[in-house]
Amino acid sequence: MSKITPEDVRKVAKLARLEIPEDQVEMYTSQLEDILSYVDQLQKVDTSSIPPTTRAVEVVNVLRKDEVKSTVVREELLDLAPQREGDFFRVPKILAD
Amino acid sequence: MSESDLTWEAVIGLETHVQLGTNSKIFTAASTTFGDEPNTHIDPIVCGLPGTLPVLNQKVLQYAVKAALALNLNIAEQSKFDRKQYFYPDLPKNYQISQFDEPIAEDGWIDVEVAEKGKETYTKKVGIERLHMEEDAGKLVHAGSDRLAGSTHSLVDYNRAGVALAEIVSKPDLRTGREAAEYAAEIRRIMRYLGVSDGNMQEGSLRCDVNISVRQGPNAPFGTKVEIKNMNSFSAIQKACEYEIQRQINAYENAELVVQETRLWDESKQLTKSMRSKEGSSDYRYFPDPDLGPIEVSKELRESWRAELPELPAAKRTRYIEELGLSAYDARVLTDEYSMAYYFEEVVSSGADAKSGSNWITGDIAAYLKSTRQSFVDLPFKPKQLAEMINMINDGKISGKIAKEILPELLAHGGSPQKIVADRGLGMISDPEVITEIIDELLKDHPNEVEAFRAGKKKLQGFFVGQLMKKTSGKADPKLVNKILIKKLSD
Repeated sequence: MSKITPEDVRKVAKLARLEIPEDQVEMYTSQLEDILSYVDQLQKVDTSSIPPTTRAVEVVNVLRKDEVKSTVVREELLDLAPQREGDFFRVPKILAD
Repeated sequence: MSESDLTWEAVIGLETHVQLGTNSKIFTAASTTFGDEPNTHIDPIVCGLPGTLPVLNQKVLQYAVKAALALNLNIAEQSKFDRKQYFYPDLPKNYQISQFDEPIAEDGWIDVEVAEKGKETYTKKVGIERLHMEEDAGKLVHAGSDRLAGSTHSLVDYNRAGVALAEIVSKPDLRTGREAAEYAAEIRRIMRYLGVSDGNMQEGSLRCDVNISVRQGPNAPFGTKVEIKNMNSFSAIQKACEYEIQRQINAYENAELVVQETRLWDESKQLTKSMRSKEGSSDYRYFPDPDLGPIEVSKELRESWRAELPELPAAKRTRYIEELGLSAYDARVLTDEYSMAYYFEEVVSSGADAKSGSNWITGDIAAYLKSTRQSFVDLPFKPKQLAEMINMINDGKISGKIAKEILPELLAHGGSPQKIVADRGLGMISDPEVITEIIDELLKDHPNEVEAFRAGKKKLQGFFVGQLMKKTSGKADPKLVNKILIKKLSD
């Protein structure tokens, strides 16, 4: 397991749109390192003969019929947004980065 | 050898998003209707509220598998859904439910017919990497400016968010803009034949992103890849590719760099221009969506869906040429729309000859439907009735000219051509005695012309035929007329 660097923390924070003050980067670096090394212990178990599990409950083909039900909560959903403008959700200026 | 002596070759691959024509969205019962008031087709699942549970629409699975089978892809026995994470306001959940490493289908191909004016038509086998299911995003309206740059804020309509898409990824097998356009058109044709999508490019139910690079010859390594978007017609795909190929060649020949980027096709200016990327680094951090169980398509289910596939355009084209003796051009025109091919086949199975059927359908009838904005499905003139009319012409009961005369009524109201001909007294005169009588009379009325003809002015035969047609309002059987006329004149 490679070591977590402050650069990794900044990158993960950016991807998750989390704002981390520069003076806390080191703290998160060591915390993340601790968590990952804890999880790392699991890697010691030999799983070479066990197929990967992607979910805890083994159900397949949970499907529904192609039927339309119109929503009754449109107004509530629009009101839940931080900003609405008429029938639209309003979002701040989009910056290309 | 200078740079320009080398032959450049383009390498093109397409990612095609096809909206699957289900009534409800991929994971929820909200409607997929296009063009309604903003945010009328949203619900807690579309908006990704906590505690909601998406459930796959069985029709989406059926349509995706059928589309995949038609593209000769292998259907995965097991597949799953993943979350693709990125932040952009057209995505209400900040992740898109898609399929990453276990798509529903992989490794297929289609035959694409490439036809271009002034060039020889050829068929190209184009590989298809994969097809996967995913949800569509919403639509943004940028306020304060007609473009993203300069807008003060944006408005979001999530009606389209969660509509089912099949994403079809081609292998980088295409080499010209024309090939790319023909490939996209064939994908659309197949989807429409299957009835899984209307493929309407104007409404965005079929969207193509093109990946394109150039290299010096077929054995050179791939050049830097550029993605182009925003083409809303097949001709735009062709022109965007051609523009971009030339732009990249020029860049290399002027020792400039081609950078890996996304460019937008500008239809009004007919060029591509650079667009900043959505996310600095596209690190989508895919992981399996824990809300959705795996999908298993049993052999039985797969084969039952395969059995429902219609005959596809490429197979029809081949059959029309090989079995019905049509030209490649006619076969291509007839099979472009399923409704036209179906109509044609009904005409042939009603006993008309294929070539005549093809001529009437692709000529007068198609022109009529185009001008009245109707489709073959709405046409009152039924295939059986067209077959009847064709057989009347071929049996010498009416002339082609009379057929054209009764056609407008048949197109508008349908009906039996035999009855219309009988009611209007338009039947062809094919009794040799009657024709002989008329010819005798005609020759008697024009002694000077008869003399001139016999003196060697053979061109006058046309004059006699014309006069005779005039006398009979075009109803005389032309073959018989010529035969008897020649006999009489040489007596």
